[in-house]
Amino acid sequence: METAIELSGIRHKFVQKKGKGYEENEVLKGIDLKVSTGEIFGLLGPSGAGKTTLIKIMTGRLKPSGGQALLFGKKPRESLKNAGGREGEGGKQTGMMMDDFGLYERLSCTDNLTVFADIYGVSRKRVEEVLEEVRLQDAKKRPAAELSKGMRTRLSLARAVLARPRFLFLDEPTTGLDPGTAAEIHQMIRKEQRRGATVFLTTHNMEEAAKLCDHVALLNEGTIVEYGKPEEICRRHNYDHKIKIRFYNGESEEIGSSAEEADKIADYFRRGMVETIHSTEPDLETVFMELTGRGLV
Amino acid sequence: MSFVHIKAVFQKQIKETLKNKEVLVQFMMFPLLTVIMENLIHIEGMPEHYFTGLFSSMYVGMAPLVAMVSILAEEKEKGTLRALLMADVKAAEYLAGVGSYVWLVCMFGSCVFMVTGEYEGKEALFFLGIMGVGILISLVFGAAIGVSSRNQMGATAISVPVMLALSFLPMLSAFNETLGKVAKVVYTQQVSLLVSPASDHTAGFGNISIILANVLLVMALFGYAYKKAAFDEK
Repeated sequence: METAIELSGIRHKFVQKKGKGYEENEVLKGIDLKVSTGEIFGLLGPSGAGKTTLIKIMTGRLKPSGGQALLFGKKPRESLKNAGGREGEGGKQTGMMMDDFGLYERLSCTDNLTVFADIYGVSRKRVEEVLEEVRLQDAKKRPAAELSKGMRTRLSLARAVLARPRFLFLDEPTTGLDPGTAAEIHQMIRKEQRRGATVFLTTHNMEEAAKLCDHVALLNEGTIVEYGKPEEICRRHNYDHKIKIRFYNGESEEIGSSAEEADKIADYFRRGMVETIHSTEPDLETVFMELTGRGLV
Repeated sequence: MSFVHIKAVFQKQIKETLKNKEVLVQFMMFPLLTVIMENLIHIEGMPEHYFTGLFSSMYVGMAPLVAMVSILAEEKEKGTLRALLMADVKAAEYLAGVGSYVWLVCMFGSCVFMVTGEYEGKEALFFLGIMGVGILISLVFGAAIGVSSRNQMGATAISVPVMLALSFLPMLSAFNETLGKVAKVVYTQQVSLLVSPASDHTAGFGNISIILANVLLVMALFGYAYKKAAFDEK
C-alpha cells in the first residue's frame, strides 16, 4: 500500500519567556510514523501531548525543529496545492476540519461552502450534493451562527470533503457531540474512506478510536508510546489471558486459558449456566494509563 | 498569485460585509453625514462645501483602517483565516482580495464626496486620485494592525486611538500650532489640504514627498508586522 504520511524523527521545541529569561520546551521528541493510503488513522493523547503541534507540522503550518514530514512523498506545503481536476471538478490533496470549525458566522451554509467551492474550482452542484450528504439541505439558508454544534461539525466536515480530497485531517471531530450525532460523523468518515480518502484524526475518545481506526498511535509528552491496530495493542497488553464468564444466577468468574480451565468452561456450558462470555484484555484507555501513568483527558 | 483565489475572497467579503453592520457603518457613515450636513446646514461665512472637505479627510483616516482591522482580526479570531490558508489561499492573495474590496468600497464613498463637493472634470479626477492614495495608505496601516493583533479586542485597543489621531489631526491642527507641525507630516493632513474645496487642486513637491514617505512607512510597518506575526502560518 502507498504511504500517505511519513514522519521521520520529527522534533519540535517552543521557546517560551519565563521570568527575565527564556525557556525551551520540547513538545515533540523524535516522532516516526507511517500512515498508509486509504486507512483511518487515530492519534490519541491527552491535552498537551503534542497532537496539535504534530498536525500543524503535517499540514505545513509549522516548520519542525528537526526531522522531516512528507505527505504523499512531498513536503506538506507542496501537497496542499490543488491537485487539478478530478471527475471534472477541481480536486485537492487535503481537506481539514479543525476543532474551532472556522466558519463564517454570518454566512449561510451554502455561502460558507460556496466560498471554498470557488477557491477549489468546484461546481455549485457539488455544494448542493455535499449539503445533502451531511444532511444540511434543509438548513442551507441558515447562517452558521444559528446552527447547533452538531450541525456546525457537519458543515465543517462538508467543507473538508467538498473537493473530494485524498487526505482528510480531522481534529477532535466528535468532541462535545451527543452519541447519535457522533455516530453520524463516524458514518461520514467511513464513507470518505470507502471513497478512497486517507483519514487522520485526533481524539481523546478511546472508544471512538477503537471502533473507527485501522491503526492508532498513543502520544504522550511528545513521544509515541504505542502504535498498531487497536485490537492488537489491547491484545499485546493482555498479560492475564483470562476470560470472564457471567452466569444466569448473576455471579461471574474469571477463568484462565489452560486445558483444565477449558474443561471447566465446557462443563459450565453443558450445564446451561453461561449467560455471557467475555475476553478480559484491557481497553485502549487502560493501556494508555499503564504506559504513562495518566489518563487521557 | 491566483486571480481565482483573490476573486473568491473578494466575493466572500461582499457577502460578509452586507451582513456585518459594524463594518458597513464605517463605509457609509461619513458619506451619508456629508450629504445630510451639506444639505441641512448653511451658516453665513462658512466656506463652500465645508463638510465635504472636513469629512472626506476623516473618511480617509477612519473607514479603510477600521474596516481592514476588524475584518482581519475577526478572521484570525474565528479561525476562518486558517481555513482559507489551509485551502491553499496565499496570505498575499487573501490580503489582495480583502484590500481591493475595502479600497473599492471606500472609493465608492469618495464618489459621494465628489458629488457633494461638486467636483468636475480634472478636479474630480484629482480629488479621486488623492482620496485613492490616502485610502490605500490607511488600508495598509489597518492591515498592519490587523495582522499583528491576536484578537478583535486587542485590535480595537490599537486601532481606535490610531484612527482618532489620523482622522482628527487635520481638524485639530487648525487650533494648535504644535499639533499643526505634527499634522503636517501625516498623510491625512496632506489629503485634507489637497482635497479641500479651497485648494487649487495641484500637488506640490512637498505634498508628494510627505505622502510618499507615509507610503514607505506603512509598507515597512506592514512588512514588519506580517513577518513578526508569521501571518501565513496562521
